Amino acid sequence: MFPTPIEKRSPAGRAAYQALLPVALILWLLPLIAVAVFSIRPDADFSNANYWGWPSSFEGVSNYSKVFLESDMPRYLLNSVLITAPTVLGAVALSAMTGFALGIYRFRSNLWIFFMFVAGNFVPFQILMVPVRDLTLDMGLYNTKTGLVLFHIAFQTGFCTLFMRNFIRALPFELIEAARVEGIAEWRIFWYVVLPLMKPALAALAVLVFTFIWNDYFWAVVLTQGVESQPVTAGITSFNAQYRAAYHLMSAGSIVAALPPVAMFFAMQRHFIAGLTLGAVK
Amino acid sequence: MTQATLPDTHPGRGRSWWRRNQIGITPWLFLAPGIAFFALYVIFPIFQSFDVSLHAWDGLGEPRYIGMENYAELAEDPAFYTSLRNNVIWLLLYLLAIPAGLFIALFLNQTVTGIRLYKSLFFFPFVISQVVVGLVFTWFYDPTFGLLNIVLGWVGLGPVNVLGDPAYVTYGIIAAGLWPQTAYCMILYLTGLNAVNPEQIEAGRLDGAKGWRMLWHVVLPQLRPATFIAFVVTIIGALRSFDLISIMTNGGPFGESRVLSFYMFEVALSEYGFRMGYGAAIAVVLFVIMLLFIAYFLWSMYREERDR
Repeated sequence: MFPTPIEKRSPAGRAAYQALLPVALILWLLPLIAVAVFSIRPDADFSNANYWGWPSSFEGVSNYSKVFLESDMPRYLLNSVLITAPTVLGAVALSAMTGFALGIYRFRSNLWIFFMFVAGNFVPFQILMVPVRDLTLDMGLYNTKTGLVLFHIAFQTGFCTLFMRNFIRALPFELIEAARVEGIAEWRIFWYVVLPLMKPALAALAVLVFTFIWNDYFWAVVLTQGVESQPVTAGITSFNAQYRAAYHLMSAGSIVAALPPVAMFFAMQRHFIAGLTLGAVK
Repeated sequence: MTQATLPDTHPGRGRSWWRRNQIGITPWLFLAPGIAFFALYVIFPIFQSFDVSLHAWDGLGEPRYIGMENYAELAEDPAFYTSLRNNVIWLLLYLLAIPAGLFIALFLNQTVTGIRLYKSLFFFPFVISQVVVGLVFTWFYDPTFGLLNIVLGWVGLGPVNVLGDPAYVTYGIIAAGLWPQTAYCMILYLTGLNAVNPEQIEAGRLDGAKGWRMLWHVVLPQLRPATFIAFVVTIIGALRSFDLISIMTNGGPFGESRVLSFYMFEVALSEYGFRMGYGAAIAVVLFVIMLLFIAYFLWSMYREERDR
């Protein structure tokens, strides 16, 4: 193990490490802790410039219930869910198929098609912006959740194909050969042999795509406008305009907007990290 | 009649055609929906953008062909050069996320109680949306109540309005971006360190290697795949920087914090007017820069595929 395990050090060294850990963590998360503290302060603290002193009262409940009951925040959260969930399903389904085709079959253009997906996944969003906005307008889907979902599915298919194909390549090929010898149709091999083995990849991708799409801001701004279709990342700016200088509410709103992917991360941590670190180990 | 009897004389002819060609056709059936979507929304738009960049277009009326005029205008545009300079600063400074992530990973690569929770919490900034990271850091830098200026005050340094000062603004936004990016690199290296061969470490110890020498000669070579991915995602992240700039400064003050991706958006879709052609020209420049890196990434992947 590198660095030297702490158990092999002197007791003093061990104690120092144990003490250093929480200090380092607090420093690392300091900007976020500050916002969390803001979100439970009363309005009066900000007008009295009591930013960092002891809060004059704890208004967590009232601040957060204002966010949920008196603002458009619930609507934005719902929009985010309605954009994210279909995207996850669509992108995972499409890429399970492309990944299967590119991972199992050998044909001449295989690697080129694979590289097309990988390269497309890396392009800057701006090179797509004008044509995709135009296409969405032409289809009558501008400022709709559907328009956003369709684009997200298409774009995420690039990354997901990279992931799925590499995962399927690592499966034992003998399984497929054995199935072929048995005379099983190719689509049945996909459905009954490969798909069950892909469960960990499907889970990892689902969590990753959920986080990517939930946190998307650029396309939300380009393809949607109003409260009826904007996700929470774009909605938070209108929310902040509505509560200008009400830092306790803006902080509470930000935390609410950030929470769903955080919850997803903690619930599915293993899959999440397996997905993100794909290829980091040989 | 003869036609009707044909299937009997050659039983299962239709099926055998499918049987013979099944393996050749199946992959294309599986690829079709994915390729169709990807072509429509990603591949064609790249070429369309090249075309739009040769036109003057407000997004509504008829586009008017003007040849290379947009590019000629770019060459004279000081805002374009500011954005380009900032992109270079972003690229260079963003790479700090890699050593910083390695440093934190080494710090956390222990097995004390509760270390898993610590690792998760250190990773936390990456999961939050950049919009929230931007808001959090805007308040962190605030000249009246920001924590940064309170800490600076303790050591006797005057209040700095990081986001209002053209000299600091880009660095302030990059620091905010480094926060989640470092967390990402950290998790890549933690995974990499997990797989480091313990026998080689022991052999290195017997040879008297430790500390920096051990890290440089024994550990880092084994972390190469993690470093490669950290490099890829950091470069892409640096060139994609948009959310933070839009949230924290909206390109200001005096347009000093613009990068190409933000300037393009501003030109094409904001109150400065809808100049789609000019915006597309900026996007093409950004794309060409990115293409150099994409070509390098694909080349590395290609070599690896070939070696298999």
